Amino acid sequence: MTDEEAKKAILDTLGGKSGAKTKFYLKDFYKIVPDMKPRDVKNLVNKMVGEGLLEYWSSGSTTLIGLKGAGKQHREED
Amino acid sequence: MGKHKTPMLDELEKGPWPSFVSDIKQQAEKGKQALKDAPDDLLGVMELSYKDKVTHWKHGGIVGVFGYGGGVIGRYCDQPEKFPGVAHFHTMRVNQPASKFYSTKFLRDLCNLWERYGSGLTNMHGSTGDIIFLGTTTDNLERVFYDMTHELNQDLGGSGSNLRTPSCCVGLARCEWACYDTEEACHELTMEYQDELHRPAFPYKFKFKFDGCPNGCVAAIARADMSVIGTWKDDIRIDQAAVKAYVGGEIKPNGGAHAGKDWGKFDIVEEVVRLCPTGCMSWDGSTLKINNRECTRCMHCLNVMPRALRPGTETGASILFGAKAPILEGAQLSTLTIPFIRMEPPFEELKELVNKVWDWWMEEGKNRERLGELIQRESFQKFLEIMELSPDPRMVSEPRSNPYIFWKEEEVEGGWTRDIKDFRAKHQR
Ligand code: SF4
Ligand code: SF4
Repeated sequence: MTDEEAKKAILDTLGGKSGAKTKFYLKDFYKIVPDMKPRDVKNLVNKMVGEGLLEYWSSGSTTLIGLKGAGKQHREED
Repeated sequence: MGKHKTPMLDELEKGPWPSFVSDIKQQAEKGKQALKDAPDDLLGVMELSYKDKVTHWKHGGIVGVFGYGGGVIGRYCDQPEKFPGVAHFHTMRVNQPASKFYSTKFLRDLCNLWERYGSGLTNMHGSTGDIIFLGTTTDNLERVFYDMTHELNQDLGGSGSNLRTPSCCVGLARCEWACYDTEEACHELTMEYQDELHRPAFPYKFKFKFDGCPNGCVAAIARADMSVIGTWKDDIRIDQAAVKAYVGGEIKPNGGAHAGKDWGKFDIVEEVVRLCPTGCMSWDGSTLKINNRECTRCMHCLNVMPRALRPGTETGASILFGAKAPILEGAQLSTLTIPFIRMEPPFEELKELVNKVWDWWMEEGKNRERLGELIQRESFQKFLEIMELSPDPRMVSEPRSNPYIFWKEEEVEGGWTRDIKDFRAKHQR
């Protein structure tokens, strides 16, 4: 799977989730692109955050990842 | 008189102790901070929380600085109309210098920076060790980051599911007990793992802490997923003349720390020999003997008689894994895994261990599961397999009564045979 294919798979999976869930653990991304190594998934996710496709959410102790702009929190924080 | 009435907080200014309430009021009065109302409104929202007995902060946020996935924690007040000064009150973590050494100029520069862009309120230091900047708005984050990195040559620390800011004790810089250069090790690993420090890579947080000796001034054994604790391989160095000087009262025990009161004459048997946890010391009235094979490096005797006893000269560190505060499971201390390694730059052996541990934890760790919990869930035996280490009695707290390690058939010379039917005939499930 190329980076572009992996990106598409991530965006499609996250965009296709209905319901309340808008934030995901890094581990959830491993399942979307099962043939990629954890470190590569981490690097790709970070790249996608840099490109403005995804964003990090942090409680201070844990980090979650979601589509940029998705979810209730985003509206409140703008 | 501040902006809000705070009778409950005012109680915390009474008595002889320093008070964070007084400190916040002082900043409010000084008034130099960019977020003018932040100190007053912080007191206001805290008073309301004391009254309501519930927090008025929302949980977390998406804010950060470009390129980083840590070091900034979004904080929002759920009563923004009443307390506009803290409506947005983000925290920034600043990577503290090794051993928290800095000049007063550097401290002033940090404080000025924070008054320029934030509330002026800081927390020196957070429990991980970082310098904490408390409270700014989203639009100021990049400005703080730019000036901090360009003018002060200073970086943010870790937060969230990142490597957290590594921390170390004062070490060789000031301490005669340091068995390796804690600052060098801390700096080297901080630089090596910049990516993990600034970008979330893990199921949860990961901490390195470096203590120069088992006195544990940064409490590595209780607080770090990987605890590096200085130790020595050879014998404790004894200066028998100095031992006699302690006994004779010419040198005060514990560096004079308990000299203010009359505790009576120093009694080496009661105060040292009988307090040795392994009972490996003896005193015959003129010579102090130590059976070094049994010594567990508890540091008691060295602390009491620092001029007579010193660590050996063949020094390095023990590596322990898995300490944590209660999250999924209860609190636990680190487990001894590598009894001794040399600690010399560039610390390649240490880095190899780190990489093995991380590969395993990133793959197998559940969400919000600390390394210590993964070891508990998968077993210490599995952990040793991953680390490519053989079990060793020193990893076990009571090796004689609780062997702890289970051997597999292929690990035992000659193997064994066991008929499960035969076994079940004698032992019910
Ligand atoms: S941990 Fe040991 S070496 Fe480090 S400062 Fe404390 S006493 Fe000294
Ligand atoms: S360091 Fe502790 S265990 Fe070792 S000899 Fe001294 S008191 Fe005993």
